[in-house]
Amino acid sequence: MHLTAKVCIVGGGPAGFYTAQHLVKVSDVSVDIYERLPVPFGLVRFGVAPDHPEVKNVINTFTQTAQHARCSFHGNVRVGKDVTVEELQEAYHAVVLSYGAEGNRTMGVPGEDLAGVYSAKDFVGWYNGLPRNSELRPDLSCETAVILGQGNVALDVARILLSPVDILKKTDITQHALDALAESSVRRVLIVGRRGPLQVACTIKELREMVNLPGTRPEMEASEFEGIAETLKSLARPRKRLTELLLKAAIETPGEEELERRNRAERAWGFRFLRKPLEVLPSTDLIRAAGIRLAVNRLEGDGEGVRAVATGEVEDVECGLVISSIGYKSLLIDPAVPFDARKAIIPNTMGRVQQTAGLYCSGWVKRGPTGVIATTMNDSFDTARTLLQDIGKGTLDVSTVKPGSQGVSALLEKRGVKPVSFSDWEKIDSEETRRGEIKGKPREKMLDVGEMLQVARA
Amino acid sequence: MSCKLIFSWVQRQAKMFFFCIMLFVAHLKRTLVLSLILSEEKVTVYFINRDGRKITTSSAKGDSLLDLVVEQNLDIEGFGACEGTLACSTCHVILDQKVYNQLGPITDEENDMLDLAFGLTDTSRLGCQVCLSRDLEGITVRVPDRVNDMRRSDDTGPTL
Repeated sequence: MHLTAKVCIVGGGPAGFYTAQHLVKVSDVSVDIYERLPVPFGLVRFGVAPDHPEVKNVINTFTQTAQHARCSFHGNVRVGKDVTVEELQEAYHAVVLSYGAEGNRTMGVPGEDLAGVYSAKDFVGWYNGLPRNSELRPDLSCETAVILGQGNVALDVARILLSPVDILKKTDITQHALDALAESSVRRVLIVGRRGPLQVACTIKELREMVNLPGTRPEMEASEFEGIAETLKSLARPRKRLTELLLKAAIETPGEEELERRNRAERAWGFRFLRKPLEVLPSTDLIRAAGIRLAVNRLEGDGEGVRAVATGEVEDVECGLVISSIGYKSLLIDPAVPFDARKAIIPNTMGRVQQTAGLYCSGWVKRGPTGVIATTMNDSFDTARTLLQDIGKGTLDVSTVKPGSQGVSALLEKRGVKPVSFSDWEKIDSEETRRGEIKGKPREKMLDVGEMLQVARA
Repeated sequence: MSCKLIFSWVQRQAKMFFFCIMLFVAHLKRTLVLSLILSEEKVTVYFINRDGRKITTSSAKGDSLLDLVVEQNLDIEGFGACEGTLACSTCHVILDQKVYNQLGPITDEENDMLDLAFGLTDTSRLGCQVCLSRDLEGITVRVPDRVNDMRRSDDTGPTL
């Protein structure tokens, strides 16, 4: 088979796989996916909540792509350390950067480094088995947890903190997280946002899950919803339905059955609006978080232009667990790659990296860290289309013969790096599934890269 | 042998014979009806793909529109990412008003996911929730375009 174009994709998450999926549809394109960890699938494995297994069905289509004759997966390869982007560009006709956002935005307030304060990225990584978060050991011995941010990640964290353990124990949540949650004293979770009810960033499915969460009741201040009901008729359908559900949970008088259910509930959750973190307050021994100081805001402007403005008022909330869920953030992995430090993305036009021929990007590192898997899917298809167009037009030169993965393998061997193939991953997959079956879980994830490599090489 | 004995023997044989004929006819009838029903289970559906091209296809068993796309391996990129579990909106389709009205009520769960679909219309449904029956013979199903925009100008809703 005469291969015209050899493409390299950096990152084995949804962006990488969807970009590959579209590219291999063309018969003279071959794709190699490089991934830092021995295991593929990125945030589908490490981000999607354990109680959302249907969302992970996309793994089936990724597996099909990985098993395609013209696609191959190379895990355990750190681009930027084991091999540089420049070296990849020499070995391939095109390189697509799809490595996502492994950092997070910080609150930038005093006390952020106290024990008991975590980024949502790390907390989610902890209960989802991300190796670098396996030693997090969050302290769940307090009664109140405060989450900053009101997007779906914030709601995932709240839901995992308050879900009955009987539900969680049947999911692929890591055992150590399950054990910690079984011992947890957390009974109240506040989900705090800078702006008002009309600006919550979560979607209705996740809100409905909170409203229906067994053993919990919503606890919110009616005063924070003044004037909201009047706006309903002018809202677009998605925002309208979301706000209606929020109002129902927050201020509507419940029927008899629901009232009884709420009275029996031992755990509570609620949104708090117009609050911005100023400082995490320390305990008397100055080691851990004991509370959070919040600035009270008011809203100015309307529609898209709504802004939160400080009123000067301040409020202290007692809590022992603070989780900031204010956004993931992409990082620079190789100095040869242009990077917009302010927006924390790779500067690009329709997926073509600016000022660098043969370099493309897709997913969060291209657009910023928002959107669901389907958003990334569409975006990845767009980048793949752009790349194919460039081949067709001749702006991407594929006339020279390139060594592709053979060239890279030679470099990696010299450096003592042994990639993990997709069939090696399948050994890890089987073993995790086997361990999970014993406990009635879909899988028990391995937490240690060394262990993953051992099983992969067995 | 007496005439009476012969006559009753003939009567018995005749009864058995006619009984067998009736059994045979009943079997034929049942088979005919079954095959009529089976052939009526096939429903023709016309898809209008994102590029405007029309795809003519038919279902084998009266499954959902998503099942049909998968079984017939139709080239509709990214359709049905969550495999019909109401965890995405990628099987979003637009129906004719009449067909839309024919279908049953929409659950909260389906509406919740429809909220995330780009280009939502008043006759939109998720393909994984539309089950084919004889009443839907010959319908046209439009697969709308997708657009990737992070900042929506009309605040159609939240993002992550």
